[in-house]
Parts: sequence; structure tokens; C-alpha cells
Amino acid sequence: MTSADNLQAFKREGRIVIVGASLAGLRAAETLREEGFTGSLTMIGDELGEPYDRPPLSKQVLTGWVAADGTTLPRRRDVDAEWLLGVPASGLDLATNHVRLADGRDIPFDRVLISTGVRARPWFVESEAALDGVFVLRTREHAEGLQRALAAGPSRVLVIGAGFTGSEIASICRERGIEVTVAELAPAPLVGALGAMIGDVAADMQRAHGVDLRCGVKVTRLEGDAQGRFCRAHFDDGSTVDADVAVVALGGIRNTEWLRGSGLAAGVWGIACDTGCRALDLNGLVTDDVFAAGDVARCPNPVYEYRLISLEHWANAVEQAEVAAHNMVNGQADRWPHLTLPVFWSIQFGVNIKSVGVPTFADEVIVSQGSVSDHRFVAVYGYRGRVTAAVSFDNAKWLDHYRKLIETAAPFPPPCPTPDQPADTKPVPVDFPGPQLLAQGATVVVTGHDPGERRVTAAQQHHR
Amino acid sequence: MRVVVDLSRCEGYAQCAFLAPDAFRMHGEEALMYDPAPDDDQRDRVLRAAAACPVQAILVDRLEGREAPVEASRS
Ligand SMILES: Cc1cc2nc3c(=O)[nH]c(=O)nc-3n(C[C@H](O)[C@H](O)[C@H](O)COP(=O)(O)OP(=O)(O)OC[C@H]3O[C@@H](n4cnc5c(N)ncnc54)[C@H](O)[C@@H]3O)c2cc1C
Ligand code: SF4
Repeated sequence: MTSADNLQAFKREGRIVIVGASLAGLRAAETLREEGFTGSLTMIGDELGEPYDRPPLSKQVLTGWVAADGTTLPRRRDVDAEWLLGVPASGLDLATNHVRLADGRDIPFDRVLISTGVRARPWFVESEAALDGVFVLRTREHAEGLQRALAAGPSRVLVIGAGFTGSEIASICRERGIEVTVAELAPAPLVGALGAMIGDVAADMQRAHGVDLRCGVKVTRLEGDAQGRFCRAHFDDGSTVDADVAVVALGGIRNTEWLRGSGLAAGVWGIACDTGCRALDLNGLVTDDVFAAGDVARCPNPVYEYRLISLEHWANAVEQAEVAAHNMVNGQADRWPHLTLPVFWSIQFGVNIKSVGVPTFADEVIVSQGSVSDHRFVAVYGYRGRVTAAVSFDNAKWLDHYRKLIETAAPFPPPCPTPDQPADTKPVPVDFPGPQLLAQGATVVVTGHDPGERRVTAAQQHHR
Repeated sequence: MRVVVDLSRCEGYAQCAFLAPDAFRMHGEEALMYDPAPDDDQRDRVLRAAAACPVQAILVDRLEGREAPVEASRS
């Protein structure tokens, strides 16, 4: 779109295709119509049915309160779209501006939004993953199956991976009176996202609720009985656990394989884009007609030294969808940058855990208010003397205060804002296991010598 | 009807749980659990809860009156 006339014509009768018809895709479609886009809108999604919400799947749905098919997202408005559901997109041709579907159809577009999100990382041995009683949790079908397995009253559930999803599942098992073992390679639950201090609190919480928590161990094999039912897990320390249900909660894989060969900067780390959600090509140049939003996007954030950050957060998906949609139908001068700080919540063991900012972007952490032993406190993260993140346990009302500290690069450690100053207020090293997510994903290599010929090519990606 | 709560915005004030206890429940001190598909006979209560939420975190389907269109089709 070079001129205002072109833009007006595009808004009137252009063609927009959205690939990935879930939270980000739906909110983007609504925003496009809200902004006056009257052209053709096509939603491509490999899941059947209307877009639904995922966070309840590991919470209200697993307790049995809400049916797995009862989380369909409310609509903000009619989107008047053509929905092509049940078939995945298998390719993107930017020379001719077409999305290729797996059934061979080609869908033309003027602008495209990619919101294909993340899928659950499966158990690494296919035959073991296929055993009856082995689950992952990402879709409504997964939740339905797992809920049924929990309702059947298993003797024990094994949760592999103590990230947010795994911890929430363990919490629900205890709530339902089901014995549960949690196996985690790291020294504590949630350590990868929140560091060792919170990890210790999370470990306490799990054990206090009767979880058989085993950290620093690796599950090496899932054993099935003669009927092909999961019955036992083997650990690398030689021990075993007998259980009827295993939930593999080892994080997600970004759905970018279908973009291979498209020329976009897409890979295991997601799709790199600018703060306006415009996708970058392999050379890191901003494209005009390709946008990305949600779990699959990887955007820079000025607060974190412009590093590219991928998030699997609900609110981030909604906000990026709105920014991307706005920018799809507006000219350069009216573009919005997506600059809000990441926010996240998790509900486990009756505690509301929330975070603002990027806790992995830190070298120190301090409990700034409340009491850790009561599981009611705020921990603040600092990087080189400034506040970069905060995590609250049953203290959500205070997060906005810390958001402002982060946004203004307030000095770390900050003063306690309440009278409930914790007794022991010394910053401790944040202590994350290994290199952090922010630096991950360097699977491109720079080739060529002359500036005119220097180009980036995608290196072979290894998918586990 | 369909409901979603932006729990990153929710501060656990529990107004919703007072006004529509069948659809919104506090879990522990401040964590909210809600029914994303409450019965239509709760509509008034749910709408009142949405209006009362101090951080406007509750979104109720705007396509009320008629059922949301079954646009999802395999063409
Ligand atoms: C169990 C669970 C609990 C969660 N709890 C929380 C929480 O407590 N707090 C929080 O902040 N976040 C939570 N999240 C994360 C949140 O749900 C995600 O951030 C959000 O769903 C991201 O939306 P999205 O639209 O970007 O991606 P997704 O929801 O992953 O949607 C992507 C869609 O694209 C489809 N797709 C993929 N590839 C293709 C293709 N090639 N062609 C066509 N379609 C394709 C997928 O099938 C999917 O429908 C949770 C997620 C899960 C699974
Ligand atoms: S009224 Fe709003 S802030 Fe309070 S618990 Fe309900 S949703 Fe959360």
C-alpha cells in the first residue's frame, strides 16, 4: 500500500487471510471489522469448530465442572468471514501471495496474518506416546480425554514436567483426591520460568498438598501392559512409578513447519517480527503484507534491550492480534507498536500466581512484600540494578504498582510499598537452570561476503 | 451464553462471585474460577457481574439474542 487511495481500496475490497483460527486469529478478525475493513476475510484453521479458550482446559475443565466443549470464546462482534476449518495450511507463497492448504487448494490474499500458535510437545518415543492412558494437554479433545481418565479414578497419575501446565494438572489431581507423582528434570517446579527462589516455594506448595514431587530426575521409559495400557514409568535413577495415567507436560512446539521455504524468519523460536507484528523475512527485513500474532510470534521489546521475545500468554495473544489487525488496515503513519509488558496468571493449589514483565530477564530477585511461608507475597526481579519483572502469589492487586516500576526502569531493589515489609529482604541471585529462553533458537547462519550478496539462509532445524 | 474472563486483568475482587455465584467462584483467596458457558437463565446475573467488575475483565458474548452464527464450515 503506497498511497492513501490504495489503502482505502484495500480496506474496502482487499483480501485478508488469517491462518490459525484460535484466540489470536479470532480477536484479529474482530478488530479488522471494527476498524472498518469490509473486504473478504478468510479464516483457515486445522481444528474443527469455533475458536475456544485454552486456559480453562487445565483448570475448570479438568476438575469436571465445565465440559471440554464448553469453552467456546465469546464474540465481540460478527466477523463475517469464510471459515475453512479442518484442513491445515501447508505452505505460504510470497511470490504470488497464496496460502497453500494441505488438500491442495490455494487461497489468494493481499495481506495475511499468521497465528498458528503452539502444539504440545509429544513424548519422544512414539510407541510409548501411543499407549492408552498417556496424554498431552493443548486442545479441547486432549482435555476431554484426560478429564475422563481422571473421572475414572486412577490409582495414580504421573505428570512429566513441572511447568505451569504440569503443576496445574497436579493441583487438580490433588483436588480430586487422586494420588499424583510429578517428575521434573530441573531442581524444582516452575524454575525455568521463574527461577530457583519461586521454584522452592512451588515445591513446598506441591508437597504440602500431598504431591509426590521428584525433581532432578528424568523419565526414560513409559511401560505398557499386554493390553497396551500405560502402567509404569522408569526413571534415569533406576526407580519406577506405577500409575494408570501419564500426562506429558513438556511445553510446546511452535507451529512454523508449514512456513519452511516461505522466506520468512520462522523457525523453532517462532516468527520474528517488529513491534507492529509485521513479520521479518530471513534477512531480517520487515515485510509489508505478512503479520504474526500470539504464541507463534516473536517480537522485540524495548524494555528488554529490544530482544526478541516469544510468549505463551493469553493476554499477549489478544494484544498482538489487535495491534496486528490495526496495522494491517492502516498506513505507516498510523501504525501501533505492541509495547505492553507481558502478563501471565496461573491457578494452582488454591493460589493465584501472576507475573508482569520478563522474569527470565534478571540477575537478582527479592521478596518485596508479604510472607513467603504464607504463600502470599510479591517477588521482584532486577537486572543490573533496575526492576524488570514481578511475580505475585495471592497478591494480584499489587502487580500494577510493579508494572509501573518496570516501565520507568525503577532502581532495584524497590522499597516495600506496604506495611507488611518482609523480615528478610536481601536480593539473591535469580538462578535459572542453563541458558535462558530469550537467547534460544539461533538456527540461522549468515552467509555471503559482499554487502550486496550477504544473505541469511535457514540452517537445518532439528525437531525432537 | 458464553463468557471469558481476562484473568491477567482480574484482581480477585470477587464482586462477580457475589452477583452470580453459579457462574463465578473464588478458588482459595483470590483465584477466580468461572463457567465459560453458563445457562441462559443466568444471563441477567452474569451481565450484572460483568458490569460490576472493577477492572472490566469479564467479556460476555456480544452476539446475544440470536445464537452465534455457525459459520464454521468445511467448504
Ligand atoms: C492447558 C493450557 C492452559 C493455559 N493456561 C494459561 C494461563 O493460565 N494463563 C495464560 O496467560 N495463558 C495460558 N495458556 C496459554 C494460552 O492459551 C495461549 O497463549 C493462547 O491460546 C494463544 O493463542 P494463539 O491463538 O496464539 O495460539 P493457539 O491457541 O495455539 O491457536 C493456534 C491455532 O492455529 C491452529 N494451527 C496450527 N497450525 C496450523 C496450520 N498449519 N494451518 C491451520 N491452522 C493451524 C491450531 O490448531 C490452533 O487452533 C494456556 C494454554 C493451555 C494449552
Ligand atoms: S469482579 Fe472482576 S476483578 Fe473481581 S474477581 Fe470477578 S473478574 Fe476478577
